[in-house]
Amino acid sequence: MTVVEDREAPPAVPPPRRPNRVWALLRNSWRQLTSMRTALVLLFLLAVAAIPGSVFPQRAVDAQRVTAYYQAHPSLAPWLERLGGFEVYGSPWFASIYLLLFASLIGCVLPRLRDHARALRQAVPDAPKRLDRLPFSSPELASGETPAEASSRVATVLRRQRFRTRVREHEDGSFSVSAEKGYLKETGNLLFHFALLAVLVGVGFGHWYGWHGNRILVAGSDQGFCDLLSQYDDSTLGPRVDAADLPDFCLKLTNFRAAYESTGQPKSFAATVSVTEGDGPAKTRTFTVNDPMRLHGANVHLIGHGYAVTLRYTDRYGDTQTKVVPFLPIDGMFTSEGVAQFPDVNIDPKTNKRDPTLQVGFEGRYLPTVGTDGSATSAYPAENAPALFLTAYRGDLGLDVGTPGSVYALDQGQIATGDLKNVSGARPHELKPGDSWTLDDGTKLEFVGTRPYATLSIRYDPTQTLVLAGAALGLLGLMLSLFGHRRRVWFRALPDSPEGSGGTLLTAGGLPRTDQPGFADEFAQLVKAAEEGTP
Amino acid sequence: MAELSNQLMAVTVLAYLAAMVLYAAEYAFGSQSRIGRAAARPARQLVGAGAPVTSTPSLDQAPPPVVASDKRGEIIGRAAVALNILALLLHLGALVTRGIAADRMPWGNMYEYILSATFVGSAVWVGVLLRRPAIRHIGLFVSLALVLLLGADGMIAYTPVGPLVPALHSYWFVIHVSTIILASGIFLIGAVPATMFLIRDGYDKGKRRFPYSLGRNTPEAAVLERLTFRLHAFAFPLFTFGALIAGPIWAEASWGRYWGWDPKEVWALISWIVYAAYLHARATPSVKRTVATWIALLGFATMLMNLFGVNLFFSGFHSYANAGGM
Repeated sequence: MTVVEDREAPPAVPPPRRPNRVWALLRNSWRQLTSMRTALVLLFLLAVAAIPGSVFPQRAVDAQRVTAYYQAHPSLAPWLERLGGFEVYGSPWFASIYLLLFASLIGCVLPRLRDHARALRQAVPDAPKRLDRLPFSSPELASGETPAEASSRVATVLRRQRFRTRVREHEDGSFSVSAEKGYLKETGNLLFHFALLAVLVGVGFGHWYGWHGNRILVAGSDQGFCDLLSQYDDSTLGPRVDAADLPDFCLKLTNFRAAYESTGQPKSFAATVSVTEGDGPAKTRTFTVNDPMRLHGANVHLIGHGYAVTLRYTDRYGDTQTKVVPFLPIDGMFTSEGVAQFPDVNIDPKTNKRDPTLQVGFEGRYLPTVGTDGSATSAYPAENAPALFLTAYRGDLGLDVGTPGSVYALDQGQIATGDLKNVSGARPHELKPGDSWTLDDGTKLEFVGTRPYATLSIRYDPTQTLVLAGAALGLLGLMLSLFGHRRRVWFRALPDSPEGSGGTLLTAGGLPRTDQPGFADEFAQLVKAAEEGTP
Repeated sequence: MAELSNQLMAVTVLAYLAAMVLYAAEYAFGSQSRIGRAAARPARQLVGAGAPVTSTPSLDQAPPPVVASDKRGEIIGRAAVALNILALLLHLGALVTRGIAADRMPWGNMYEYILSATFVGSAVWVGVLLRRPAIRHIGLFVSLALVLLLGADGMIAYTPVGPLVPALHSYWFVIHVSTIILASGIFLIGAVPATMFLIRDGYDKGKRRFPYSLGRNTPEAAVLERLTFRLHAFAFPLFTFGALIAGPIWAEASWGRYWGWDPKEVWALISWIVYAAYLHARATPSVKRTVATWIALLGFATMLMNLFGVNLFFSGFHSYANAGGM
């Protein structure tokens, strides 16, 4: 061998083409992701990741409790916030788990769908050589029929039992009958998993195209509400919803009825409203806790109720202003807390200028039934002995700064700086309905009375029917896949002698493809049915 | 009537306790034929290596006491089953009188919920027991679980009879709660053969430490495993319907949203995911049956967490234990 030869000789066989590393990595990752082991791990991760959302308050569920958590754990709360602890179910890490899980699911069910479609189109495979090696087999049965007759008779028996059946003739003169049943198991399995996908898609679209808002609706025709974004107390629009998309309707609460047990436990609630949809006439509708009012493009749910206090304030120039302010219940007996703020009072008619040191606010509690024990909480939720306990404040209410504050509490910052001063002493002043209270500067507050209010949750979710349908189909698929059993049965009809004198030897074998306790009986009955027909 | 219900409840717990003692007595003193064989076997095993001569007399001597103890065990076992059935009837009585006292389905609070779910569990157990008397030896653990749950129910969760809050005035109350009670009762009974399977499997692998030593008397591992699966496969769709379909339908009507990540909803979803993982694990040949069964037990632990933990420690929309509000 020379050097020249060595150099010139081309490689006889081209080196095996190296698969693209990126491609191989992708393919292996995909295989890994779609494996059952990964799916199980992801399922567990999802279960574990859901736990913090039940331990920590969630902003989407109850924002006030998140605020309370911040106050109770001032050092821990910001860290939780950074980790998404208050919005677990919207956090990237939670989303990444379920998206991976669903990717894994898709990767698993698509090939299975292809295989199942193929299996449904294909004929049942031919009988294995040795039927007696199968988990279930029968001894030989002799029959006077020809193999062709015997096999077609057995096939009829099987078809009557809704087996997919195929008869094959073989070169040695024997016939085989292949039968399979229980395809619905895999159909159900696939249906279940695709239904889960439908539910996920439905939930996603519902989030994008749905909206909801809450509104406290006080009784009275002067307290009506129209479906405009600005009229909600709080609202959330989906990313694909515009304020102009809200349907056009107006509500007025005409009546609110609540009944209680003697223990104070509520018995029933019902809200009666006057509804105007679009240009239509006003209609009267009644709805209750479990029976929402369904309008076009929105559902109105009754989720709470309470008392709104009507207060009339007469200022130092003799002008009066009346406010109807909802007080929020803080316990089951409807001890309620709230504020009434009068920023535009005590305006000197000569200068017509607002004096920021003369704004007035009242803060306190309303008790529908004052107990005999003198406690500061209500004794019964209905208005048996109502009283209002108020503290008066005068000064700058701090409403002009522009920072959004609660409408159910005075600005504590203003009180702390002394811009807003308590002018009625440490003990709250008690007012019964109709009572008047003259303040230190001669101005007067009158407790006119109360009106009921209903807390309404108004919602629109365009895909909830799709989600329900998905869930129902999923359940159907689940039951089919859990209670279905795929099994195969084969019969072989051999001519009883090489010359083919007419007789047949029949053997049978059965293969349950899942753990099916009843298969032994079914197989025995099939064999018996095949035997009974023998002449 | 409410008083009667409380008394029946106390008697029920005592009856389960008595049944448990009898099951335990059969476990300890009497013996199934298998134990009889086991009693004879050590002699042969000891001598099998080198002294076949002595083995013969010991085998001859062995049978009479075995037969006697078999008979005694059989009597005790039957008495245990009879007491168990009696306890079930008392349990039913406690439930019915509670319902009459409240004039509604007795599913309005945690106390009544546990009373109902344990009844379903007990009824399923008696049903399975009557069809397959051979699994009687699990009875000790079933009655132990029932006594513990009912005892906890009476001590922590007792609530006087009262009417339903308005939020529960709905026919979905019956549908949603009853299916979940059924499903939880069956999951509860499913957890017993699951535990026994793990014990028996350990015993078969030669472990003899305390929990595994109980495996000496149980039905065969494969029987227990299959029973575990069938109970779970039956309960899972029920739970799916009750918790994830009927629940959201009602929640939509009542609270305005079909799913709101309420702690109870979250834990129901967690249980559902874990039980789904069990069914997947069991259907996967590469996952060991013991691993799958551990997952089923984990699922039951999440059910217990939802029942006790969520009711007692977290507040949410499902807090009906304290009356008031909507």
